[in-house]
This record gives sequence, C-alpha cells and structure tokens, in this order.
Amino acid sequence: MIRIDTHIIACIVFAAAATAAGILIDNAYYLQVMIFIGINTLLALSLNMLMGYAGQISLGHAAFYGIGAYATAILSTTYNLSPWIALPVAIFAAVVIAYIVGIPTLRLTGYYLGMGTLGFGMIVSIIFREWYSVTGGASGFVGIPPLSIGNFVFDTDRSYFFLVWGVVLFFFIMCRRIIDSRVGRALRAIHDGEHAAAAVGVNTAKMKLSIFVLSAAMASLAGFLYAHQVYFISPGSFSFLASIRIVTMVVIGGMASIWGSLLGASLLTLLPEWLHTFADYEMMVYGLVLMLVMIFLPRGLTRGILDIYENSRKKDDR
Amino acid sequence: MLRIRNLKCFYGQIMAVKGISLSVKEGEIITLIGANGSGKSTLMEAVSGILPSWTGEILFEGKNLKGMDPPAVVKSGISLVPEGRLIFPPMSVHDNLILGAYTMLKKKAREEVRETMETVTDLFPILKERFEQPAGTLSGGEQQMLAIGRALMARPRLLLLDEPSMGLAPLIVEKIMGVLETLRSKGLTILIVEQNAQAALSVADRGYVFETGSVVLEGAADELLADKNVKRAYLGKDYEEFDDENR
Repeated sequence: MIRIDTHIIACIVFAAAATAAGILIDNAYYLQVMIFIGINTLLALSLNMLMGYAGQISLGHAAFYGIGAYATAILSTTYNLSPWIALPVAIFAAVVIAYIVGIPTLRLTGYYLGMGTLGFGMIVSIIFREWYSVTGGASGFVGIPPLSIGNFVFDTDRSYFFLVWGVVLFFFIMCRRIIDSRVGRALRAIHDGEHAAAAVGVNTAKMKLSIFVLSAAMASLAGFLYAHQVYFISPGSFSFLASIRIVTMVVIGGMASIWGSLLGASLLTLLPEWLHTFADYEMMVYGLVLMLVMIFLPRGLTRGILDIYENSRKKDDR
Repeated sequence: MLRIRNLKCFYGQIMAVKGISLSVKEGEIITLIGANGSGKSTLMEAVSGILPSWTGEILFEGKNLKGMDPPAVVKSGISLVPEGRLIFPPMSVHDNLILGAYTMLKKKAREEVRETMETVTDLFPILKERFEQPAGTLSGGEQQMLAIGRALMARPRLLLLDEPSMGLAPLIVEKIMGVLETLRSKGLTILIVEQNAQAALSVADRGYVFETGSVVLEGAADELLADKNVKRAYLGKDYEEFDDENR
C-alpha cells in the first residue's frame, strides 16, 4: 500500500515539475531537448516493460519505433489522411507485426532471443531504406504535417511539450498499475524462472507475447510523436544503433524501474548535447561516461542513487 | 484420484520413463523413491504439464491430462512444488504467495484468496513474519515452506512435491514432513518424489521404488522401510553395514 502511495506522490510531483518546466522554459532549444527526452522516455519505458520486468531482451525495438513513424508519415503525407486516423493504424500495424514476429521469436531465450530480434530490426531498417517509392529511401521522408485538434495546431514547441509529457505521464501511471497487478507479478515471475512461473499456472507464452505486443504499441506511439515533431524522418533514426541506444537507456536508467526509464532517457538524450563542446572527442567521452556509470552504479542510475542515499543514511545513524 | 497407465516420457530420442503404471487414491500420501536419473522427476514434469512429450495415460479424477499445458493442470486441481523450490528470489514473500493463486485471481475470487492466504500463513507462521522480505533472503527451509505455501495458494486437491528435503537439515525435513501429514489430515492428497527415502517413507502410506525409468518395487511404506533391497540401495546403508546387520 505504501508503495502505491509514494508512486502517486511521485507522479504528482513529476506532473507539477513538468508543467512548471513547460511554462517557465522559454528557450526553444531547451524545450525541444525536453520533447526528445519525453519521446525517448516513452521508448525506454516500452522496452523496460519487456526487458526490465519480463526479462525478454529485444535488440530490434527501433523497428517498432520506425513502424509508428513511417506509418503516420505515409498516411498523413502521401495519402493526406488526418494523423488521428494514422495513429490507430500505426499502432495496429505495430501490434500485428509484433504478434506475428513474437510467436516464433519469443520461443527463443537469452542470446538467441537477442539474435532473433536483432535480425528482425535489421530487416525492417533495410525495408525503410530500400523501399524508395514508399518511404523515400535513404534520403528520408519530408513534409510530415504537424498535429492539430480542431483549429488548434501543435506547431509550437511549448504545445508539443505538453502533449508529449502528458502522454508520458499517462503511461507512467498505466505501467505502474500493470506492474502492481496480477499481470505484473506474472511478468516478474517469468523473469525469475519460466518453469516456476508455469508451475504456478502462468501461461508464459501468452504472457510474453502480450507484453511484447504492448511494448511494440508503445514504441510505435513514440514513433508517431517523433514524426510529427521533426516533420522529417530518415532510416538512420530507426537503425540497429537506435535499438542499441534504447537498450542502453533501459540498462543505464535501471532495469525494472519506471523512473529509471526517465533517468536513462534523460541522460542519453542530454549527454550528446552537452558533449558537443568536446567536438572530435565527443564519442570517446560519451563511452567513458557510460562505462563509469556501469562500473560504479551497476544496477542503473535509479537503484544506484537510492543505494548511495540509503548508505549515507546508515552512516548517519551510526 | 490419479491413475497413470503405461507412461513413457521422452527427451528427444531418449526414453526417461519406460512404461510406468501407478495410482494414488484420495487422501493418500504416496512416495516415489529411487536414485538420480531414475525418472521420478520426469514423471512429475509429465503430470504437471511441463513435459508434453509423453505417451500412455495420466487420469486425474477420471480426466485425461494429455495435451494440457501447466496452467490448465493447475486449474484442474494439481499443484507442483518444483525441484529446487524455484521461488522468485527478488519478489516479496507476499508476492510469491499471491502468484500461487494466479489462476484463481482471474476468477475475481479475492475473498477466497485472502482466506487461503490465512490458512497458508497459519500453517507456516514464519512466512507471516517474513511477509515483505524478498524471498531470496529466506533460509533454505523457509524457502521450501514458501514453495509449498505457494503451491497451496491454488487450492489443489493433489499436491506434487519434487524433492522437498533437498539440501535441508534433518530437523527441518522432519518439520516439513510433519506439515505434509497435517495437510493430509485435512483431506489433501500428496505425491512426493524423494531421494531421502527414510523421511518420505516415514509419512507415506505407500511407495514406489524407481530404477532407470521403471518401477521395480511397490508396496506399503512400512514394508518398503523394512525391505532388504530398499535398505541396501536407498536407505544409505552400505554393503558391509548391511552384512553386519544380517549376520
């Protein structure tokens, strides 16, 4: 019970902080960075549900992100449909593809599941690049319209900021509710031992498939938000490296932690921005920071910071 | 209650159980004893639906279990306490127990689950004390109790235990066997696989002795305890000692 209460408080604090940031930040650059943090948080959260909680690794998650982005790009630009019609189609496409891919792939475990999802991610990324007539190929897809409700157009960074962070907050609450439910316990049980989970009556295959589909749908939504923010998408954003980046966000932020997704996404979005000053050495410093985090906080930022806090409290008690 | 006829289990090409027949009547404690690799655990896996590759017949309350997956088996009233306990270490004792009622919560039987939880914690008061602790911090004996408690949460009519004494001190083993007797007196039917034949036979009504995938001996528990071959092979008395005793 206490855990749920703290989560409600955390959500309120988080919502207040996000609102304050949205109103107070006037710099367009910072607003935009914050929007990307929001989109990346949603992505990291989607993978964290699958990887952190259910223990099923996916090295092809950017594929679903890309499916969401390209689906809405094609429908709303090429076919001139409203993005609000494109959204359910984009999510439905991700759900169907995740379902079909998930049935054989989720029978694999460990490294093999990693390889399977990796292959899937590469296939999708190649389709984005090579299906020139539909996706615009390697040069990308230009001219995606902004989102609008009635006469209100989300074409300013501030309005989009609130849209994205509203969605993130909604999924924070939803995912926490899933984790604290019967389904969440079943997921963690699968993580700890599939045989044991089956022995208590969890339908492990169905449960893994469901969470994979949910995760894909969330990633697809993130792709949708991304496409209508940048108006221009290219296959590079959904490549193998993008998948790895999502995995890194989850691991750095903290596995099986909803707030870890926020921390991981924030760090991995901000770090490249901060490191511009290092110019040629940017990637070296980037790698170094990630290594240091993993060496000193092996359980991720969330758990690591909590551990430091608890240790210092113990010292104070002495 | 449980009737197995001519059961053969396969791991790929290898036949691990070679045509076993046995029966468990309602309210009985039955034990399967035998050395490593004699097919006891395989049989448990077949009954609980974890191993689907078997032929023959497993009837539970007259219903054939062929083709049923583990969740369906649990729903039909059979719970397994797996070998090595297989609790979920990072999750709290409470969450481990609630997971045991996984198939029941679906039916929204909250009140029933709460009652079962009370029965289980009455049976193992230590679990109540450790309620919010991660299950991995429990001692071996406590973990075994948790595994049994978790299995009971599904309100089974038949409880399968795979090596419940594994790695536990004799005193704890005695305690767990005592709990099993209590459960039987409340009407639960129990099937135990054990290497610790002494402990298992001391509470069981009847036993089956396994050897390389076949039943070589069966009978009342006290008869098996007294049987010369069982004594030699499974009660840890080596040949010399055995010879001394019979001189």
